[in-house]
Amino acid sequence: MSELAFFIDYSRCIGCRACVQACEECDTHRGQSMIHLETIERRDTVQTAPQMCMHCEDPVCARVCPADAIKQTPEGVTQSSLKPRCIGCANCVMACPFGVPKYEAHIDQMMKCDYCFDRTSVGKKPMCATVCPSQALTFTTREEIERTRRGRPINEWRFGDEVVRTKVFVLVPPATTRVDVGLGALRAGKNGPHIRPVAKDDVAALLEDLP
Amino acid sequence: MAKLPTSVPLLIDRFGPHTHTVPPGGWTSAEVPDRTVKTHCCFCGQQCGIQLKVKDNKVVGFEPWQDFPFNLGKLCPKGVKRYLQGDHPDRLLTPLERVEGEGFRRTDWNTALDRTAEAIRRIQKEHGHDAFAVLTGASLTNEKAYLMGKFARVALRTANIDYNGRLCMVSAAAASKKILGYDRAANPWSDIRKSKCILVAGANIAECAPITTEYLWSAREAGAKIIVLDPRMTPIARTVDLYIPVRSGGDIGIFNGMLHVMIERGWIDRDFIAKHTTGFEEVERTVKKYTPEYASKIAGVPASMIVRAAEMWGPAESSFLLHSRGIEHHTKGVENCMAAINLVVATGRIGREGSGYAMITGQGNGQGAREQGQKCDQLPGHRDIENPEHREHMANVWGVLESSIPRKGLSALELFEAAHARKIRGMVLLSFNPMVSLPDQRFIREAIERLEFFAVIDFFLSETARFADIVFPGSLMEEDEGTTTSAEGRVIHHRQVVDPPGEARQDWKIICDLAARVGPKDKFAFSSPKEIFDELRQASRGGASDYYGITWEKIDEQNGVFWPCPELDHPGTPRLYEGGRFAHPDGKAHFQPVEWRPAAEEPDEEYPITLTSGRVVAHYLSGNQTRRIGALVKQTPQPYCEMHPRLAEKLSVTEGDFVRIESRRGSTTLRALIVKTIRPDHVFVPYHWPLERSVNNCTIRAIDPVSKIPEFKICAVRVAKSAAPEDDHVKLAPEAGGLR
Repeated sequence: MSELAFFIDYSRCIGCRACVQACEECDTHRGQSMIHLETIERRDTVQTAPQMCMHCEDPVCARVCPADAIKQTPEGVTQSSLKPRCIGCANCVMACPFGVPKYEAHIDQMMKCDYCFDRTSVGKKPMCATVCPSQALTFTTREEIERTRRGRPINEWRFGDEVVRTKVFVLVPPATTRVDVGLGALRAGKNGPHIRPVAKDDVAALLEDLP
Repeated sequence: MAKLPTSVPLLIDRFGPHTHTVPPGGWTSAEVPDRTVKTHCCFCGQQCGIQLKVKDNKVVGFEPWQDFPFNLGKLCPKGVKRYLQGDHPDRLLTPLERVEGEGFRRTDWNTALDRTAEAIRRIQKEHGHDAFAVLTGASLTNEKAYLMGKFARVALRTANIDYNGRLCMVSAAAASKKILGYDRAANPWSDIRKSKCILVAGANIAECAPITTEYLWSAREAGAKIIVLDPRMTPIARTVDLYIPVRSGGDIGIFNGMLHVMIERGWIDRDFIAKHTTGFEEVERTVKKYTPEYASKIAGVPASMIVRAAEMWGPAESSFLLHSRGIEHHTKGVENCMAAINLVVATGRIGREGSGYAMITGQGNGQGAREQGQKCDQLPGHRDIENPEHREHMANVWGVLESSIPRKGLSALELFEAAHARKIRGMVLLSFNPMVSLPDQRFIREAIERLEFFAVIDFFLSETARFADIVFPGSLMEEDEGTTTSAEGRVIHHRQVVDPPGEARQDWKIICDLAARVGPKDKFAFSSPKEIFDELRQASRGGASDYYGITWEKIDEQNGVFWPCPELDHPGTPRLYEGGRFAHPDGKAHFQPVEWRPAAEEPDEEYPITLTSGRVVAHYLSGNQTRRIGALVKQTPQPYCEMHPRLAEKLSVTEGDFVRIESRRGSTTLRALIVKTIRPDHVFVPYHWPLERSVNNCTIRAIDPVSKIPEFKICAVRVAKSAAPEDDHVKLAPEAGGLR
């Protein structure tokens, strides 16, 4: 398991939701999908983004859990809350910088991706990365990724002043070394600067120099 | 009398579509499966390898099959959830006969078969052999496709057999055959990865063939440039090097315009053209007038885009053309494809690693189904039904007189026109759902209602089966055994995983039972699909699609065998046309000059907007299967009308409003989805739904004169903001065509 890592390449995502459907089929949480497929802003673009647990080196969800229900394995996998301990307070939901844990009211428990621990701990790939048809989700070695992909795999994020390192990598343009999440823009609220997709996704704009 | 025996809500109440979400044994079952069987997905032409888990004779889940070379374990959401069909409460478990006013009642096999045989005999006696038609699906195994062709021509002796591949691949097939000689993808998919420039024309690969995206992205990582032509910015178009938002029906403008620029700048391979092709002079003359400016008017895009495409494609070191329904579903579908293939042959970049051409098959066995003789104009082995030598070969295989084999019959849509005109009086239909998938639904319904007798074989009561006199409960792919031929031309083995439930039977047995009642019994005395395959091998021997050297054992050993495979010790042919040897008798490729012409119905003042239709990734074809799988219904519960914000503003429509789309043939009312990713002069609606939510209420019955494929991709409509619909079907569940 140590040689293999999880990589997300948003440029490859086709929004098909095979990952979401397959996650539901995992033996440890059958019927419950723990990966989300985010539609960025369908009006402007077809860009979609799978969001799984990033498995932070120092998981803030676990740190803020008052019931000590969220455990990290020696391999660095942050697991879903332990059923007997979880008190459904949703602290983890609010604390996670990636917005991953979900409080499931019908079972009064926080659930999230556990890196398909039942599969990865015995040498199999996580279900979502196995089926992902475009391989936007890939479980492989860093060497293989560097050999076959143009992007750079990084696992360092900056949220304001906070630097977070994750077990899961994302592929970014080669010049990028760290993802800076623009909290300033977000803090400014709806009247402040707002990140919009570039105009290239507007088909009408592409047709504008038509004779 | 093929009319609805009772109301649609009552039929839906009993037979669905209902959504089914929970696997056999429930979600929490952690039982170890009895066994895991390697087989293939039942949907789409990619035919991905998958392992199905079995417990107590039921498919209870899946495990990725990571060693199968095409998909290496990858699956789309349909593949992931396909296993939920087997234990579905809507499954047909007994033969049914219609009861006026009540719906259907259970009957026994002998009664159902006898009644059908009697109806066939009566209709053929009164109106001639051709008055009884056979319609089939392109999702059948090769064995079943072959058997259906034999059933029609040997047992029923009707010329009128056709299949729903007529809605899918026929334009691509005809074009490929005309220029290159074979109707098959020229290259295995592995060649896509090695290409330096890829042109994707009219193929929403992300939704329709998701596994192929990984091949594209691999090529891109290795430095390939990718060009996409589509009126909508599809998920693959978003990140490619050049996206050309061509207007639907304008593709020839792009292809001819590109070739014009390539000739002008010397980016064609004149040596290759001289040695390995014929007819280029006329193509050169034809494209002379397709300057980028002229071509841009046809294509509805800036001339600079056409020049840029030529600059990318022309001088490329290697190149690969992929196309599918976007350019094929037109009254000039064959010409569209030919204009595209001309671009490939003009550069000589075909028949080698990384350079070639492929059409993306949509239906499960879209490739194999059109090779085994269930097309109205073909005998097995891609043989021509009007060719005396080809007829003689089949007469010998079947042990019948050549003169007894019917001639060319009517194509799928023409069959319904003949039924409407009361020339076709009866029909047997297997795995085809025209009451969703054919254009101009009002006309199709009228045609079905005019049939004197209608029998359907299916495993769910499709929207079309509701009109049947007799319904035979058939089998799912995992309940039978046989082969299919994937989009690559790879013949693969679908293993039987479980038995059919209840009294349901394997389709081939139903056909053999019926044939025994109406035709020469000894010619349908098959005891297994493998026996049928062995006859198919003989039937195809010496034909274009030669399966003689393919055995089930070889398929298992090699993870599939590519045809042609003419001898038992032949390994198969993954890549066609190596060394510039084409499949015409002269060994050359035959260029075809193509002039652009308008669609059957272009937008005008009365109907000013272009309607185009297509698929979503969660659903398969008419949705008869996928609209019953809860997770897939949840993913895309109902159809919608995609429109650009500029059009929406003009129509005073805001997101989520209902809009009424109206053509000269019919209308549908759906919610608007306002997106910048579509041309402002087009609207798009996915087609998988029935009744009032069917985009095929609006589409046109016009067909391509050669391939007879309907023009699904373009017709003229007007669109207006509407109040919430109040039709009878609003209250149905979304999977049944309602709006809840």
